[in-house]
Amino acid sequence: MSYQDPNSISQPLTNNADASTAKPSNDFVRRVAEEKYKFGFTTDVQTEIIDKGLNEDVVRLISAKKGEPDWLLEFRLQAFRYWQTQSQPSWGHLRMPDIDYQAISYYADPTRRKDGPKSTDEIDPELMKTFDKLGIPLEERLALSGTAVDAVMDSVSVKTTFKERLAEKNIIFCSISEAVKEYPDLVRQYLGSVVPYRDNYFAALNSAVFSDGSFVYIPKNTRCPMELSTYFRINARNTGQFERTLIVCDAGSYVSYLEGCTAPMRDENQLHAAIVEIVVMDDAEVKYSTVQNWYPGDAEGRGGVLNLVTKRGHLRGANSKLSWTQVETGSAITWKYPSCVLSGDNSQAEFYSVAVTNNYQQADTGTKMIHLGRNTRSTIISKGISAGHSENSYRGLVRIGHHADGARNYSSCDSLLLGDRCGAHTFPYMDVHNNTATVEHEATTSKISEDQLLYCNQRGISTEEAVGLIVNGYAKDVINKLPMEFAVEAQKLLSVSLEGTVG
Amino acid sequence: MLEIKNLHATVAGKEILKGVNLTIRDGEIHALMGTNGAGKSTLSNVIVGHPAYEVTEGSITFNGQDLLAMKTEERAHAGIFMSFQQPIEIPGVSMTNFMRAAVNARYQALGREPLKSTDFLKLMREKRALVGIDNKLVNRSVNEGFSGGEKKRNEIFQMAMLEPTFCILDETDSGLDVDALRIVAEGFNKLRTAETSALVITHYQRLLDYIRPDVVHVLLGGRIVKTEGPELAQKIEEQGFDWIKEEQDA
Repeated sequence: MSYQDPNSISQPLTNNADASTAKPSNDFVRRVAEEKYKFGFTTDVQTEIIDKGLNEDVVRLISAKKGEPDWLLEFRLQAFRYWQTQSQPSWGHLRMPDIDYQAISYYADPTRRKDGPKSTDEIDPELMKTFDKLGIPLEERLALSGTAVDAVMDSVSVKTTFKERLAEKNIIFCSISEAVKEYPDLVRQYLGSVVPYRDNYFAALNSAVFSDGSFVYIPKNTRCPMELSTYFRINARNTGQFERTLIVCDAGSYVSYLEGCTAPMRDENQLHAAIVEIVVMDDAEVKYSTVQNWYPGDAEGRGGVLNLVTKRGHLRGANSKLSWTQVETGSAITWKYPSCVLSGDNSQAEFYSVAVTNNYQQADTGTKMIHLGRNTRSTIISKGISAGHSENSYRGLVRIGHHADGARNYSSCDSLLLGDRCGAHTFPYMDVHNNTATVEHEATTSKISEDQLLYCNQRGISTEEAVGLIVNGYAKDVINKLPMEFAVEAQKLLSVSLEGTVG
Repeated sequence: MLEIKNLHATVAGKEILKGVNLTIRDGEIHALMGTNGAGKSTLSNVIVGHPAYEVTEGSITFNGQDLLAMKTEERAHAGIFMSFQQPIEIPGVSMTNFMRAAVNARYQALGREPLKSTDFLKLMREKRALVGIDNKLVNRSVNEGFSGGEKKRNEIFQMAMLEPTFCILDETDSGLDVDALRIVAEGFNKLRTAETSALVITHYQRLLDYIRPDVVHVLLGGRIVKTEGPELAQKIEEQGFDWIKEEQDA
């Protein structure tokens, strides 16, 4: 299922910032505009890159380099052929730059040096330093938080830890490349079962050229004893990143998965077209949390990551639960709709989102809740925060199928405007085919008022800190859904992303 | 000591204050009365540094510091506090987080270490007891869903937390019934030290029954036109402002 032209379905509710607001742009706005991306640096890691361009030979080469079985090569080729027949979607409320798909290199392997093979146990010290700069000291962090990290840099998983502890419970957590080799039947059964390669243009592209990602399998009646997390980075110049994540949570099981990202500064746009697929069986529960802080481009809107992601969960079993929680502060363009297909009777889905846009960032993000089973319930809480010259859109679809007796949805979409040159938009779609269903939608738009800032200032709180307090207060319903250590990071990230946007 | 000399101020291009002179020494309580639109709230907004008001002439010094050169938050750190006529709601921000940010910002400005969480919560409990504010209010968002009386009492609670040396009570009595007024005024009196000075803006004598002023000023047409002892407030309560206007016109 994909979106159609918004105008053909329903009336978009558009709230543009009032350009005539009394207070002109000021020092704060200028200062934040001049703020440099704090995580902008490049690690000098020797990277194996294949030549730029995309054709069937490249797809075959990627598959061959990874030593993949024939069925997977065939999957990639079918996806590639389908992709060739499609064109880039244009229905988003986005000004998308032209992407030259032939100017991108589709595979980079940072663990392999050109001057010879390298033991997989050793990790390039430069790579480790990069993680340190990002504040992710792998070892310490793991020890402190009890988190298992499958660290992904560019395309290949460089290190996986806590494997033994997970293995005791027969939990599989590894790179998807490894999973293809070790657990081919599982991967073959589920890969593309939630997001088929025909789903959309970028899903087809990912299916053709996906490089690596994570695979999680939680066997029946198993509670995963720790949060699973993956840190993504885009590092090599001009290499697209095509992550593929597959999570299967079997009957009666539970897992919480965290994904966090930052990327180094680049002048050119970087394409990121990932897929996340989640399968949730009877009585199982999955929580998927994301903190996304990729390079958003500079103050004039040059560069930045194009984040074009398809995330979807299939609540296949009865009484299954899935929640998506995302804090999106990065990327020049975000095009992302973590969605849920509620097939199992009594299944429950949640989507909690905070999307921050500043400078010239553009976000078109939201969710789709597809109710198919009886008494299915979904909740959507979306908080958009726009500053600078940015555009921030919520786009969400709630579909109630013919058989979804007693289905319920509650959606709440709030927009907070900082400054008078940004835009906030809401595009809610409802498609209800069962008259026993209940669908509610609420939307608000607010600004941080001068009176609120004066009140904070009079109590001795600076404007910057006041904005941080108010924004975090506004977003806390979502932040509170994140695991503790992530919530703290997310709070800091919100304040940093918006420093100096109101004066 | 707060010293205001020949203060002229405009809002949206319109001159509201037309040469205010006022000196408030440590420990003194000054009442400021006047008709609607006389400039009382403008004066308090200028003292705290509301960005919508522009000072076109004159000076304000506080303990020798040039107040007009300081940011609003710096004035607060220096010990100035205003109880707002209409306290502002800040949805989503708990009173606890708000107060922690305010107290720690002041500590930082004074070169002190921020309070540890346990010490901060202890301070909250003490001051809450002193002002008699319900724990439930402290756990809610700043002023959100508070009744008029609760909002005013919450202002006094914040004053207790921040221990200012100069307070502006901007029509703290408006919208309060007699009991609420007494509770708020008694809260203020408990917090007063020998050094605390205050500017009490009011239309009515009844607040001044609880907070006894040393001096009463009348502000009319952007200037202080009359300054006398506490008996002046009583006279205004009985006779209004017309006689003062007539004196002026004469």
